[in-house]
Formats: sequence, C-alpha cells, structure tokens
Amino acid sequence: MPNKDLRGKVAVAGVGRTTYGRLPGQSPEDLGIWALDEALDDCGLSRGDIDGLIVNRIPDYQIFCEMTQISPRFVNVTLGQGRMSGATIQIAAMAIATGMCDVIALVYGNNGRSAGAKYGGTGDRYGGAGGGAWFPYGMTSPGAAHAMMFARHQHLYGTTANQLAHVSMTFRDHAALNPHAVMRTPVTIENYHASRFIVEPLHIFDYCLINDGGVAMILTSAERARDMKKKPVYIRGFAQETRLPGSDIPPEDFWREPLARVASEVEEMSGTTKSDLSAAMIYDNFSPTVLFSLEGCGFCPVGESGAFVADGNLALGGSLPTNTSGGHLSESYMQGWALNFEAVQQLRGECGDRQVQDADLIQYICAAPMMTSIIYGSDPT
Amino acid sequence: MTDYTKPLPHMDEANRPYWQALKEGRVTFLTCASCDQMRVYTFHKCPHCGNEDTKWTELPGTGEIWSLGRFHQVYFEGFREEVPYTVAIVQLDDGPRVYSNIVETDVDDVRIGARVEPVFDPVTEDVTLLKFRVQP
Repeated sequence: MPNKDLRGKVAVAGVGRTTYGRLPGQSPEDLGIWALDEALDDCGLSRGDIDGLIVNRIPDYQIFCEMTQISPRFVNVTLGQGRMSGATIQIAAMAIATGMCDVIALVYGNNGRSAGAKYGGTGDRYGGAGGGAWFPYGMTSPGAAHAMMFARHQHLYGTTANQLAHVSMTFRDHAALNPHAVMRTPVTIENYHASRFIVEPLHIFDYCLINDGGVAMILTSAERARDMKKKPVYIRGFAQETRLPGSDIPPEDFWREPLARVASEVEEMSGTTKSDLSAAMIYDNFSPTVLFSLEGCGFCPVGESGAFVADGNLALGGSLPTNTSGGHLSESYMQGWALNFEAVQQLRGECGDRQVQDADLIQYICAAPMMTSIIYGSDPT
Repeated sequence: MTDYTKPLPHMDEANRPYWQALKEGRVTFLTCASCDQMRVYTFHKCPHCGNEDTKWTELPGTGEIWSLGRFHQVYFEGFREEVPYTVAIVQLDDGPRVYSNIVETDVDDVRIGARVEPVFDPVTEDVTLLKFRVQP
C-alpha cells in the first residue's frame, strides 16, 4: 500500500478541458494545449511554473514541449489506454511527494472522433499478445469482451438487461444536467430496448462515446495549492493492482479479488470508509464495468449489482451518486480524465444543477486488467 | 476456397504444429516440458517457469460454453454477410479457454454451460479452424 503519510500531501490545484464533441483540425497536442491553458488559468499559474509534465494519449512529449516551450525537470508519457489516466495521476502524486517536481501538469488530448478511432477490427490490440489471434472467429474489440463478461454475469447471477439499462439511463439523466455533455436527451427503457445491439447482450447505449477533446490537471503539494486561486482538492489515497496475464480472456471473478484489494488499500490510505463517500466516479467504458466495479469494491454483495443500480443508488440523491457528469456513456469518452475532472469540480461545489450537496469525499475507480482507484477530499485528512 | 474473405490466422514456425494438428483433426497445445503448463500462445519460454523445452499435448477437444456474444456490428468485411454471428468462449476440458464459433447447432441450444465437441473446419487449403458444436 502507498505510504499513509502521503495522505492529503498532494493536491489538485487546477483543472481544464476543451469542449467535447467533433473538433476537426485539432491534433491531440492542440487539444491538450487548449485544456492545459484552461487548467493554468484555473489555478492562476503560467506555463513557466510547470516543472513536471506527463502527457497521455499525446504520442510525443518532446513535440509537446516544443509546442508549449515547457522545459520540465520531470517528464513522461503514458499510453493512450483509459486505464492509464488513474495511473498517470498516481505517478504524478508520487513525483510531487518525492520532490521530483513541484508543479506537475497532466495533459490528455484525444482526436479519436475526427481521426476515426476504431476499437475493433484489424487494428484492434485489446487483449495483449492474443488479441489478433481470434480474428478468424470474428472476435474483436473490448466491447465484445465486456459483452461476454456481462453474459457470464447474467448466467451466474440472473442479472437482467433491464437492470443493466439503469446504468446508462441514470448517467444520461445526469448528463441532462451537464451543459458540457455530448448526449443529453434522456433514455427510457423503451428507447434502450429499441436501440441496436453492437455485440449482444450490449446495446449501443452500453458503449462509451468516442469524441474529440482534452483534459488537463495541475497537481502540486498541499501547502503550495493552498496559495492558489481555487480551493485545493486533496488526494487522500490511491492504489493500483493488475491482472495482466491471460487478460485476452475475461477474468473468472470479474476482477473481484484485485478490486477488493484496491478498495481496501485506498480506503485505508485515505482514512475513510464507503459510507463517508459523497459520490463515485466509475470508469464506464461499457456499462457492465460499472457493475463489476461496484461488486469488486464491495458497494454491494457479489451478484447483486444489477439490483443495486436498478434501485436507484447511482442517481443524484441516491446512496452513491455516480458519474454525475454523465460519464463516458453520456458526457464523453475522455478515458477517465473527465471523471477525475468531475470529481474535482464536485468537491469545489462548481457543478450547478448536478451538484452533490456538501460533497467532501469522492472515489474514482477504474476496473480493467490494470485497476486504479483514487479518493479525493475537500480536506487533507 | 480462394474466395475466403475472413481474417486468417498468423502462422509461423512456432505455431505450425498447432495448425498441422487441426488439419489432421487433433487439438493440441504447446506445453512446457518442465512444469507441464499449457500455453495458447507460442512464447519461446514458458511463462510460468521460464523453461524453453516444450512438447505438444493432445486434448479431447470437448468442453463447455463459458460465455457468448452475438456480433451485430461489422468489424471485418469477411463477416458482413454473416451478422449477427456468435462468438463463444469455450472452456476446454483439461485445457485453456479459447474464443471460437458454435456451428451445426440449433440456435436455441447455444447456451452458456452447454457441452461442446470439436468441429474441424477446413476454411482454406492451409487453415483448418477449431470450431465447436453442442453435443446432442
């Protein structure tokens, strides 16, 4: 487990983002710079104050530094996979805590919609070494793997399509309150069932929305963050686990065992329990991932996540308001970054109609072959 | 057979025995000669113990449907005429889980938990794919 002494020692000082949607003519770097300048404005810093930088999905940190004239002491680049957003924030927190840098910018830029990014077909690399081995059978795409995981969950626990539909319907209701969300028209259960299947049992509403956009976060020490423009949002705890060997085939336990470990570590580091949480931001590349995250982290008993979401627990006003922005399913697939952005805005009370009242603790969870969780707080301890 | 338009497997020296066995109607997997762990992918060294010595293990090819997904989206041109088609994950008896297709079976019988047996489908002169049918 990360050292508990690091609880609340690093803070998010600023966040920035582009609009999300179709933004033709913008490279990932352009989108990242747009978001970065917004984040700098948010905390009252300038590019020259940045001495740490990690770019994500932006392929080349060197070009990015040329384009921004940033000359960091600490620099890195992380792969354009959604599971890397939480990991990137964790690396940044460690870099600040160890003094590798004082002010680190995390910059994400994604032109996937304009560039025609595809997550299935001959370019698919999901599943590591084995990904392409199954093309002769027509098997491809992370969506298909999640469809089969959900079919297995249905088989074992009797989870229903109607229960799953509540994930996307609930997040769409949240998006209706978020002017930044790409899809804001409510989805009824009739709409859900009438919509086309992509890989059955998953409908199009169970898939995230590929769009263009960028997000940036500025992290610094808690002391330094207190002198900046906005109220700091403290990183109370973080944890990571992986289940990478054999990950071309869905895991037997829906990542339950490693997720349980992530959940207990992040809670212990942050000094919190589940009942303390004001909200959750759960990585929703596909709606079943939300069910697996809820069970794995222990928000509901094994096999009961379907009933848990159908009972309204994830809605604003529910026991665990989740993805209050609309998440990847309705706001935009910004690969985890926009969910972390939303956590920061909620803790600052900046979310308008969708504000969770008195929000003071929010957990980010990403379930994938690489699992991460972060607990953010409006107080350091 | 030259008009076969679906994706074909990547064949190389390391996995050729697997494909040759399928042509002969046998299901085999590369196996570590030291620790006996089977591997689906022909990595040079055993992922479990690191040993380089290998043998081929023959399996009965029977198993059970572990999960299913029905593709409505066209991801490969060669599958355009077949959508919606079903991909299954099959748990092989005494072996690994593999992705495949269920053939020669009434659609109502294609269910998770159903027992399956191998069907050797010679899609081209060089390639025979391991598919399955639900056992009667």
